[in-house]
This record gives sequence, structure tokens and C-alpha cells, in this order.
Amino acid sequence: MPVELKADKVVDLKGLPCPMPVVRISQEIMTVDVGQVVEAITTDPGSLADFPAWATSTGQEILQTDQATGEIRFYVKRLK
Amino acid sequence: MGTEQAVMDQPKQAEAMLPGVENKISIVVFSGDLDKLLASLIIATGAVAMGMKVSLFFTFWGTAALRDARKSVKGKNLISRMFGFMLPNGARKVKLSKMNMGGMGTAMMKMLMKKKNVASLEEMLTLAGQLGVEICICEMSMSLMGFKREEMIDYPHMSVCGVASFLAEAKTSRVQLFI
Repeated sequence: MPVELKADKVVDLKGLPCPMPVVRISQEIMTVDVGQVVEAITTDPGSLADFPAWATSTGQEILQTDQATGEIRFYVKRLK
Repeated sequence: MGTEQAVMDQPKQAEAMLPGVENKISIVVFSGDLDKLLASLIIATGAVAMGMKVSLFFTFWGTAALRDARKSVKGKNLISRMFGFMLPNGARKVKLSKMNMGGMGTAMMKMLMKKKNVASLEEMLTLAGQLGVEICICEMSMSLMGFKREEMIDYPHMSVCGVASFLAEAKTSRVQLFI
């Protein structure tokens, strides 16, 4: 059962196809402070593979991925 | 902490293994086809998201996609004018590499893209400009086809260059593609 995480910012990326979800999260993560969490909501199934790839390459951390509601929710922590 | 640090050190380690290689991608955009141009721009914008510096080298058929349909240049000779007439006048006019079917296939694809919320080639070019993607247009291709710098789109990071500029960029890039 996923833990309830508190996001510092919520970003709605619903309906956006590749490459927009990763382009947007890469911009949005820089609008919060290091250590803060962005919750990104997407409907693009490709982002399930792309967000972890993006996070690994850019050195950010995905705390949790939640698909319970039919949408995909990523909790991304800014590490740098 | 341990794993976080390891992840953050990855790019540094890769650079240490390959001296002179930076976190960059260089793409030769040779094709003037809508599908391949779109792929180039998707990779380019995605690469910016991945923290990479991106250079696109437009050459041969690719150069026609950078023409601005609203601009026209005087003083061209007959052959240049013919080329200008025959080649697509900008990103809106490029066709699919397959299933164009006299323009019907391309029109259908554009309709589908709109329906699925996929950005058009013009929108992708605008986005690339906002993200700082650099575009170099091959000087020789432009002169072969009779294109002038003045008839190209207003793009914030555009220059005219040759093969040496591409190679200098490519040899220090981690990823090089030819599309």
C-alpha cells in the first residue's frame, strides 16, 4: 500500500504525449527547492519507462509511482 | 544516501572514462520527411530534458523544413527558383516518407496528431528554440538548393556552418545520430 506523500507542487501533465511529460518535469523540478517534492500526473503510459530513465540520467529521485486512479502519479524529489 | 550519490556520480564517471566527451548530443538532420523531422525534434527536446546540450545539423533535404513560408528572397537564378518551387516551403509543407498518397496520408497523419495532442513540427521547432537547442544549417546544402539565410525561420539559436563544425561538436558528444 503506497504511503501518503505530501507534494510541494502538483503538475498536471494529463493528455500530453511524448516528449512533453519529461520536458515539462525537467522544467518543473527546477521551480522547487532541493529536497522538495513535485507530484506529476500523466496519462502517457510511456512515461512509466521515461520518468525513471529521466530521473537516473539527471540525478533526481522518484519516490513513488502510483497508478491506482487510472492516472499515473509520480512523486519526484529534487536532489540537485 | 549511498545510492543517491552513485546516481549523481554516473555522468561524471562516464566523462572520466571518455576524456573530452561532454553530456551532449549531435544530430545530423538529413531527411526532409515529416516523420523523420519529428523524430529528430522529439529526440532533441527530450535530450534537453535529460540535461544534455543539443546541436542539430540540418543538411540536404532537411534544410527545406527551416524555410519560412512568409519570407521570399529576390535575385535568385532560374534553377534556384525552380528548386525553391519544387521543395517544401517550410515545416508546414513537409510530407511523410511513407503513405503520403498525394498528400492525403500526410493530412490524415496531421489530423491524428492533433486528435492525440501530439505537437506539430512547427510547435516542436518553437519548443526547441525555447529550450536552447542549437541549429546549424549546412552552408553547402543551402547554396546548392539556392536557399538564403534571409528566407529561413526566425530561430533564436541558428547559425550557418559546414562539416567541420558538425565534427567538432560530434566528437565531443556522447551521442551522435544521423536522421
